[in-house]
Parts: sequence; structure tokens; C-alpha cells
Amino acid sequence: MTDAHTTGTHGTGPFIAAIDQGTTSSRCIVFDKDGRIVSVDQKEHEQIFPKPGWVEHDATEIWENVQEVVAGAIVKAGITSADVKAIGITNQRETTLLWDKNTGEPVHNALVWQDTRTDALCKELGRNVGQDRFRRETGLPLASYFAGPKVRWLLDNVEGLRERAEAGDILFGTMDSWVIWNLTGGTDGGVHVTDVTNASRTLLMNLHKMEWDDKILSSIGIPAAVLPEIRSSAEVYGHAKGGILDGVPVASALGDQQAALFGQTCFAEGEAKSTYGTGTFMLMNTGSTPVNSYNGLLTTVGYQIGDKPPVYALEGSIAVTGSLVQWMRDQMGLIKSAAEIETLASSVEDNGGAYFVPAFSGLFAPYWRPDARGVITGLTRYVTKAHIARAVLEATAWQTREISDAMTKDSGVELTALKVDGGMTSNNLLMQTLADFLDAPVVRPMVAETTCLGAAYAAGLAVGFWPDTDALRANWRRAAEWTPRMDADTRAREYKSWLKAVERTMGWVEDEES
Amino acid sequence: MAKNIQSLERAAAMLRLLAGGERRLGLSDIASSLGLAKGTAHGILRTLQLEGFVEQDATSGRYQLGAELLRLGNSYLDVHELRARALVWTDDLARSSGESVHLGVLHQHGVLIVHHVFRPDDSRQVLEVGAMQPLHSTALGKVLSAYDPVAHSEVMEAERRSFTGRTVTAADEFEAMLDLIRAQGWAADAEETWEGVAAVSAPIHDRRRMPVGAVAVTGAVERVAPGGVLRPELIAAVRDCARAVSRDLGAGRF
Repeated sequence: MTDAHTTGTHGTGPFIAAIDQGTTSSRCIVFDKDGRIVSVDQKEHEQIFPKPGWVEHDATEIWENVQEVVAGAIVKAGITSADVKAIGITNQRETTLLWDKNTGEPVHNALVWQDTRTDALCKELGRNVGQDRFRRETGLPLASYFAGPKVRWLLDNVEGLRERAEAGDILFGTMDSWVIWNLTGGTDGGVHVTDVTNASRTLLMNLHKMEWDDKILSSIGIPAAVLPEIRSSAEVYGHAKGGILDGVPVASALGDQQAALFGQTCFAEGEAKSTYGTGTFMLMNTGSTPVNSYNGLLTTVGYQIGDKPPVYALEGSIAVTGSLVQWMRDQMGLIKSAAEIETLASSVEDNGGAYFVPAFSGLFAPYWRPDARGVITGLTRYVTKAHIARAVLEATAWQTREISDAMTKDSGVELTALKVDGGMTSNNLLMQTLADFLDAPVVRPMVAETTCLGAAYAAGLAVGFWPDTDALRANWRRAAEWTPRMDADTRAREYKSWLKAVERTMGWVEDEES
Repeated sequence: MAKNIQSLERAAAMLRLLAGGERRLGLSDIASSLGLAKGTAHGILRTLQLEGFVEQDATSGRYQLGAELLRLGNSYLDVHELRARALVWTDDLARSSGESVHLGVLHQHGVLIVHHVFRPDDSRQVLEVGAMQPLHSTALGKVLSAYDPVAHSEVMEAERRSFTGRTVTAADEFEAMLDLIRAQGWAADAEETWEGVAAVSAPIHDRRRMPVGAVAVTGAVERVAPGGVLRPELIAAVRDCARAVSRDLGAGRF
């Protein structure tokens, strides 16, 4: 551990390198034993939009960028492969790629999680049961985000692909698999694996057995020959072959939100984290049992360390949070920078009776109402733009409360504290409002890069760099904590008004339009 | 009353001319509108251009108002912007120093705390965002008094209360201390505000080198200044942090 009396030094190592293959960029961060950042390198990749609703990535470009940022971070840190004990991977979830195992060439651009081209296919796959047809086995609704239907689309739409896949020449993977296969040698002996968290986002894995589900595979129409081997999130999958980190163990893979859960050291049942970016993802550790959700949440794998039992999580997402502030800036012009929303909102004591439900593309968890559209309600002549700014921040806090309530209903566990990360945690008023609405403390950790940190932690555990999760908890530092200040009556009254505002959004889009 | 300065009056008239009606004007239009010789008008326009108040279109040669005027009107840095930019650096400062970190700005004759990072141990701490600190005795306040002329006039006019036996209150002694702070680039508070507490602070500047705030490390005097001597590595870490935030403000402001 750090001597409290030294400053600015990161010692001489050893270190862990974490690769974050994200939606807009790839990054590599080098961490020291205290979990402090030593160096960072990052490179954006192209977003390809062939048609409205379609989003693709060039996987070859992504792999080149990954190699570049790894080299960049190692050089910036002034270290060599001998100082790096392990490489950890975290990645954009659900983004789907098929490639030729003999040439290493992708057969098509990767289909990104946001891509909605499989909407119709998902409806068709639901048959007479609907979107919950595979929920019991997979924990997920049939929705266009998830990988399985994307694989089927590729097999149906790339000429000759199904035959090549059935002959065993084609490999499927989410971005973790693609990066690990290439890191460990590619066509020259690369290992074809995925971890339980990424596999739990395919709609193809049985959550209870942690195995590919043969019935679902045949229902969706995917040959088992393309699938990677499902492994734990923290174990040595292989060693880097070639490149600046030649010979270093590749020792973890976690989907980005699960990596943030891990980086926030939510290792006990009932611990939860929420990441506030353009959208918000909240995950709660539910221990060793997968909890079925009857309140619109997803059941997913949180992580699995080596041969220990897997740990499950409930997940709820809010589509519009930071992007609502951006909308206030870019479309409404009420503020000049995102940070100014706090200045404007702080100039008044309360929302003045105004509520803003940003159901821009329908309501997500826990309602799942595609027919809903956004409303600002409770308007009187008293309401100013400052009240609206306040309502904008409150919308994020109330939506978090709704997901937290759904998690409590599904799991029976009350939220004791919420660990937060992401860009919006710099908004002090939002964090205080969150504590007030949740009636629970809100805690921000000292390392904001929880996603990369989670991947580094898992890799470090796998190679014995850190002995156990207790050592990781000891690394966790509280940077700030907001405690509830709102009285119970006000909270109850405001929540009731918010729920009334939510009702006003529903049924806006008529059947034929949706 | 002193005699008005003719060239300034003419410059003001030019800016009004460019601000109203047609946005871009040629040299001869400006000169004739204001009844000036072309050479005189050109000299004034060139000076305004150097200061950024006027810009000349490269192809047409016509003049228009410059971006600097816009900046004058918007020069106020949002404190929440300051916090957002400082977040990563102040986290790292707390982590490396093992002490709590505060970010302060001048507000109503005192220092308003706009950001606070807890000391990285497991102890219970209370968020101090929104609290006020005195200008004359705290490290944050002294840095602001040394670098921000508004803070300086406020602190010199106000009553400087003695909080401990070490608080500097006499005007000449206080001015001498500010001179030293400006010369060394940082300020300290060794039990001058609270018994047992010491702090080190450095100024944060925006892209025009305007002082917009200060960052400080605060802790028990025996850790921050063991044996009465400030730890030099703490001073270096605070100044590094202030420079990093200043750099970020300069890079992305406009």
C-alpha cells in the first residue's frame, strides 16, 4: 500500500495493463498496485452508418487501434513488457463479429449494439410467446441489442457464410473474443474464448449452467461450430504473441458495465453501482443466484473469478440522462456548457412545480413503453428556465430511484448505498438530489476510470498480483459522499408528482405509428 | 475633469459602427463615415485588430468585430465548469498526498469551496462544498488575495480577525506575505486559521492568465509540516495539480 507520506510516485512496478475496447474509442490504461493510473492512451474509431438505424464498426481498424493504444500507454509509462504482469480486457457489450479463422479477416463489419436491423427478426423469433420467449434461460428479452439475432442476420445476409460457418471455418465473437484471439496469435494459435459476462449478453447462454443453450441455438439458427468457449472473467486465457507485450498473460474479460461493477468493488450482495454518462447503467450484485425480474430489469452475470461460482446481477438502464443536458445545451440553448446546468439549477430552491420526463424514444426500465414520448408538465407562469434546469437534473435522479425500487422488489434487498461514476458525478447538485431521492448515501470513488480498473483488477487477481477481493476493497477510496437531507414527506410528495408526470407520457404514439 | 483621449473616442466610434447595421465594412467606408483620413482610420483599426477587437476578412479586406469582444462579455468562468475540469487532477492529488483537497473561488469577500475530495482513508468525512473560508488566513484565501486584484482590495479593506496566535493581521506584514506568495507561486497556512491544521495552495489560471481559483491540500500540521517545515513534495504536488487544471482550462475554453 502507499506510504501516505510519499507523493507523485508510482514506484517501479510491477503493473497491470487494461484494454477498454469501447463504442467510440479504444483505450489502454496502465495501473499500479494501488490501483492508481500510471498512463493512458486512447484512439477513436469510425462509426459507420450504412442506413438509418444501422451502426457498424470496422473490426480491423479496431484491432489496429488496440495495438496502437497498448504500445502508446506502455511507452508513456516508460516501462517494458517485463514490468507488466497481466493484460485485462473490457469491452462494449453485445457488438457482434464473425471472422474467417484461416485468414483472420472479418467477413463483415461488426454489428454494433445500438444497431436496430434485427428488430423484425426479434419479433419473428418471439413467435407466439413474445419478447420473453428466452427470458427464463437467458435473463434477457428478445431485443435488437443482443448478439444472437445479429449472428443470425449475418449468416442470412452474407453470401455463402452459412456453409462456411457449418464447415467450421468461421468464428463468432463479441469484441472481447476478437481482441483476445488477435492478442494471443490470431491465425497462429489464437485462443477463441469469451467470458461469462459477455456470453450472458448473447441471448444464447443458459444463465444457470453457464453453457451455450442448444435449444436456443437451433431456434435462432446458429451452428455451434462458430461459438467461442465460455470461460470465467478472471483466468489466464493465453499469452500475448508478438507486439509490445509479447509473452504477457491475457487474464481477464468483462463487459464494460460489469467491469465498472468490479472496479467499484461491489463484491457483496446488495451492493450497486450506477454509471452516469449520456445514458445510465445501474447494476446490483445479487450474489450466487440469478434473480428473475418481474419489474422490467435484465438478469445478467456480474462476474466469475476463476473456478469460483459465478456472481449474478440485476441491470437497469436509463436511455436519456447526460444526453438530456446536452439537448438543453444544443437544441434548447438554455446553457452554454454541460456544467452550467448546475449553475442555472442552483439559482432556484426547487423545481417550481415543473417535471420533465425525457421519454424521447419511449420509456425504458421499468416501464418498457415504446408508445411514450417526453413531456414537461406542471407549467405555470411562475416557472423559469432555472426550474426547468432543476427538473432536468431531477429526472435523472427519479429514474435512478425507479430502477432502484424495481431492484428492491425483484431481489428483496434494500439499497444501502449507491456507488457512482461517470462524467455526471462532477455535478454536485445532481449527486445531492440523488441521495435525497434515494434516501441513501451516494458515494463517489477516487478513481473515476472504474471500467478499466475493473478489468485490471480481474486480471491482477488471475495472476496473483492481488491476493483476493479484500485487497481490492482496501484499494477503494472514497472521494466524496452525499447524504440524504430531504425530509420524508417532501420526498413522498415529489415522487408522487413525478409518477403522475410519467403517466402523462404514455400512449402518445398511436399504434399504427409505432 | 481630464481631457478626453481622442484616439480612444475614435476607436469606440469604430466599434459602434461595426456593431450596427452592415457587419463588414471596408476601410474607406469607415473613414468616410467617421470623417477621418484613411491613414488615421487604418492606424486605429490595426491597433484594434492586434488586440483582437476587430478582425479583417482575408479575401475582401473588410473589417468586422473580433472574437475578443465576445470573450469580454463572457469572461466569467462557471464554477461548475471549473470543478468538472479539476475532478481528475484533484482526485489524483488527494490520492498521492494522502490528504484532503479543496478547490476555492472568490465569493462575497471570502473563499467559496466549490469542490472537496476526501482524505483517502476510511474515516468519516463531511462534504464541505458550499462552505466559506476567510481570505486573509487560509492558504486558498491568501493565494486568491495575492493573484486576484479584486480579492486583494477586499482583503485589505476588511477586518482581518485573529483566529490563532499565528494569524497575520497587520496590513504591512500581510502585504509582505502576499509579495512572497507571488514570488514563490504558492501559499501556506500553518495553524493560522485552525489549531493543528496546515495547508498548501497554488493558483489556477484560465487561458488569459486570469486567476480563477485556487487548489489546496489540507491536513494535520504534523503530517503536512512535520517539525514546522512544509513537506517540499506536497508543495510540488499542489503546484503540479494547479498547473494541470490551468492547462485544461486553456485548452478547451473557447
